[in-house]
Amino acid sequence: MLLIHCPYCDEARAEIEFAYAGEAHIARPPDPAALSDEDWTHYLFIRSNPRGRHHERWRHIHGCGRFFNAVRETVSDKFEVTYKAGEPRR
Amino acid sequence: MSGFRLDQGGRVDRSRSISFSFDGVTYQGFAGDTLASALLANGVLLFGRSFKYHRPRGLLGAGSEEPNALVSVSRGPGRHTPNLRATAVEVYEGLTAKSQNRWPSLKTDLGAINDRLGMFLPAGFYNKTFMWPRSFWDKLYEPAIRRMAGLGEAPTQEDPDHYGAVYAHCDLLIVGAGPAGIDAALEASGTTKRVILIDEQDEPGGGALDDPALWSWLKESLKDLAAAPNVTVLSRTTAFGYYHDNFIGAVERLTDHQAELCSGPREKLWRIRAGEVILAQGAIERPLVFAGNDVPGVMLASAARTFLQRYGVVVGKSVALMAAHDSGWRDAFAHARAGVNVAAIIDVRATVDAELLADAEALGIAVRLAHSVTDVHGRLGVKGITVSPNGGSAESRIACDALLMAGGWTPSVHLWSHSKGSLAWDDALGAYVPDQPNEKVRCVGACSGKWNFGSGLVIDTLPTPRDQSRIKAFVDFQNDVTAKDIHLAVREGFKSIEHIKRYTTTGMATDQGKTSNLNGLQIASQALGRHVTEVGLTTFRPPYTPQTFGALAGHAQGDLFQPTRKTCIDGWAEEHGAVFELVAQWRRARYFPQGGEDMHAAVNRECRAVRSAVGIFDASTLGKIEVVGPDAAEFLNRMYTNPWKALEPGRCRYGLLLREDGFITDDGVSARLAPDRFHLTTTTGGAARVLNMMEDYLQTEWPELDVWLTSTTEQWAVIALQGPMARKVLEPLVEGIDLSPEMFPHMAIREGTICGVPTRLFRVSFTGELGFEINVPAAYGRALWERLMSAGAALGITPYGTEAMHVLRAEKGFIIVGQDTDGTVTPNDAGLDWAVGKKKPDFVGKRSLARPDIAAAGRKQLVGLLTDDPAVVLEEGAQIVADPAQAIPMTMIGHVTSSYWSEALGRSIALAMVEGGRQRMGEMLYVPMPDRVLRVRVSGMVFYDPEGVRLNV
Repeated sequence: MLLIHCPYCDEARAEIEFAYAGEAHIARPPDPAALSDEDWTHYLFIRSNPRGRHHERWRHIHGCGRFFNAVRETVSDKFEVTYKAGEPRR
Repeated sequence: MSGFRLDQGGRVDRSRSISFSFDGVTYQGFAGDTLASALLANGVLLFGRSFKYHRPRGLLGAGSEEPNALVSVSRGPGRHTPNLRATAVEVYEGLTAKSQNRWPSLKTDLGAINDRLGMFLPAGFYNKTFMWPRSFWDKLYEPAIRRMAGLGEAPTQEDPDHYGAVYAHCDLLIVGAGPAGIDAALEASGTTKRVILIDEQDEPGGGALDDPALWSWLKESLKDLAAAPNVTVLSRTTAFGYYHDNFIGAVERLTDHQAELCSGPREKLWRIRAGEVILAQGAIERPLVFAGNDVPGVMLASAARTFLQRYGVVVGKSVALMAAHDSGWRDAFAHARAGVNVAAIIDVRATVDAELLADAEALGIAVRLAHSVTDVHGRLGVKGITVSPNGGSAESRIACDALLMAGGWTPSVHLWSHSKGSLAWDDALGAYVPDQPNEKVRCVGACSGKWNFGSGLVIDTLPTPRDQSRIKAFVDFQNDVTAKDIHLAVREGFKSIEHIKRYTTTGMATDQGKTSNLNGLQIASQALGRHVTEVGLTTFRPPYTPQTFGALAGHAQGDLFQPTRKTCIDGWAEEHGAVFELVAQWRRARYFPQGGEDMHAAVNRECRAVRSAVGIFDASTLGKIEVVGPDAAEFLNRMYTNPWKALEPGRCRYGLLLREDGFITDDGVSARLAPDRFHLTTTTGGAARVLNMMEDYLQTEWPELDVWLTSTTEQWAVIALQGPMARKVLEPLVEGIDLSPEMFPHMAIREGTICGVPTRLFRVSFTGELGFEINVPAAYGRALWERLMSAGAALGITPYGTEAMHVLRAEKGFIIVGQDTDGTVTPNDAGLDWAVGKKKPDFVGKRSLARPDIAAAGRKQLVGLLTDDPAVVLEEGAQIVADPAQAIPMTMIGHVTSSYWSEALGRSIALAMVEGGRQRMGEMLYVPMPDRVLRVRVSGMVFYDPEGVRLNV
């Protein structure tokens, strides 16, 4: 069970307090109607799924309730860093 | 020496004799014995039958690595544990154990015919033979294989025991209380670190338990550790898995060794988070691979010494040693010094340390260097061995009744590998040793490859003048894999050890190849002509040894598997005979049978009451979210399909929520209480999901919106009053709210008091009748319910449950998200286009509604179905076809989502998802059932009061 550092609580807590929330830094387009079907499909469904550094979202759902971003190494399963939502990509 | 028990020595308590039974025969042992040592002391050599060939098997090891001696222990109904290693079962008064995988008895096992048929059972036999014909698998092959193969029998009765669980945190966790682990604990005991030392055996000591010279050190050390306030020592505790971030799972066995069943938990699951981990798991001796190496009485030299020195039991009266490693010589010497005849030491090496030779000579032991055992005589026990010089064909026979094997050592890197630490091949040790850690962990002692057992020769198979293809030299004892099988796999083209493992099943048994992996690897390496490191290494996975499901489940079973959520009115329903159903985690009253009614009769009566008088329904489980803030309306406008900004305070609106992919995820009626305050409702099962989704958008997409979301599901009790008499019941109890239709129209909300309690009173209807949903603070729910029951008694007020609620809503064509929709249904599919704000530039899911697949014609649409025979109620989930005469498999064009008997209409009704459904109005379709084909006609979804006049009263 992973230990995850919540950047809002500033504490490392057990994984069971958290919920995974998919890839990070995929902003909802400000005007979806302006997107082509292909671009919209890309936004909805296409994810990077890298071997290596993965930017992803977690929610401290059984803690402070906040969504935040993390960089996790998908091979070693180690978190490199977690940071607050809205902060630039690390 | 009497029998196989020495007159003295060992750590057993000879003052405490213990009576136990094995396969129905009663034996005596001593306190401190394992089942294995106690049976050996009684001269029992035969412990089980092998998995595939049903060959007689004795003990190979003396600890948890034992592959052969698997037994079942029974101690009353439901307390049956199969596949226990006899070497790890402590004897207690009355212990009842049985051998496995034999019929009718251990000595006469009919399955042993497999041994003679061995040539027909090569590696990959199952894969090759039972592939075809497919239809034979279910009826013939699988039942036959299940009868023949397999290990112990699974218990069939419910387990009456209970199991505890604990979270523990420490600075240092040490796994393995042998000399290295104890040293590490002693060192840490002088610090301020919180230390946990765990060991799988009944007493700490590990290898020191086998060495009387260390016993006084052990005693003193354990005394010191017991006195250290910062050190916790756990015996009978197996660290079975090493997980992320130094999280270790361990099971402590609390009662299995006790003669009396006690009331406490049988086992305890420890979830330990450690700052640092030290692995001191030791090493396991490796068998040698030669013909007959599985005859009962052939065992690891170190195991024989454990029986000798720890339990005071000899494994034979005249033992021989087959060695490739120095350590075996010392084990043989220990036997000689204890008065056991050592018939011979045979070593595959041409030269060994002079000191060993001198000691052997001093003890009068015959030595044969550069020789190998090429055969073992005897079937149920060793009667002698045949020995040949390496490279020669001369054979000589040596009489003995036990043969010890010393094939070198394999560090126990299981947990290290769980933690994803890397391994490095050590040519001198012929073994993988820990290399780079992936966690804060280090290995000490023998599991790091550092041991003082001497040196040895790493050898895959002993030389033999015989035809290698005609002998059974076992590599994996538990899965009956021979050297020949691995050679065959390589000849058939397998190159990776992962594939060889799965094809031959070597290392795939419950022992995970603790004694076999390295031999298998080296034989594969030899056969492939490639270095072991190029062949690869299979992955160790938890659990280290088999664990009970009970320990892993802990208290999370039966009523405690998950919480049962109950409303404040649940107690009243229970007292009034409600039949309950679970909806998500909520327990809801399904119907209230009166005087012997069945469900059908009760639901019909409840429906009649709502349509003709008034029904009362506990709707407290509805999900509720309070949405507050200056941007609340803007936020809801972006989330829901409907427009919200123009909704006036005091009014309600049906809200439809999509996912971004355009599919319906939730719905519910919500009310605007004030310009900046909404009272949202969600489906009972969707409350948490909807709140999570809203928080996601609010926190990450639109953090600029000033809105606060609060779950209020459990703050409010909700009582629905539905029926033409609803207002009459309510009127005398309400203060501060004008209930007249003019002042309080349908889809409105008012705040006031009811029976003196503050209320948010909704005028809404999920039944098509005049209806109110009364929200009061939860603590007042039951009192209000009871007041309404007495106030409505004269008007025929009738409590109804979820079943009647479903019928009533289906009569009106109201959907249940999750029943009539399945995550692939758009608003248009569900006939809910009216709920989509056409003028809104955007809302969650809007863009997806224009995706080609979603805009395309021919999608499944929700419609009504009326059966030809009004008495027939369709089965929910039944498939629909256009032409019942077509060939099977038929083209299915839809399925039934909701189906009920409608008491109001005197016939059955159903909702269904049908391809192009709304273009099929009046069309005849067919529902094939196992015994007949039902005819149905497509209809609109609103079956009752389509004009909605009943709301306007």
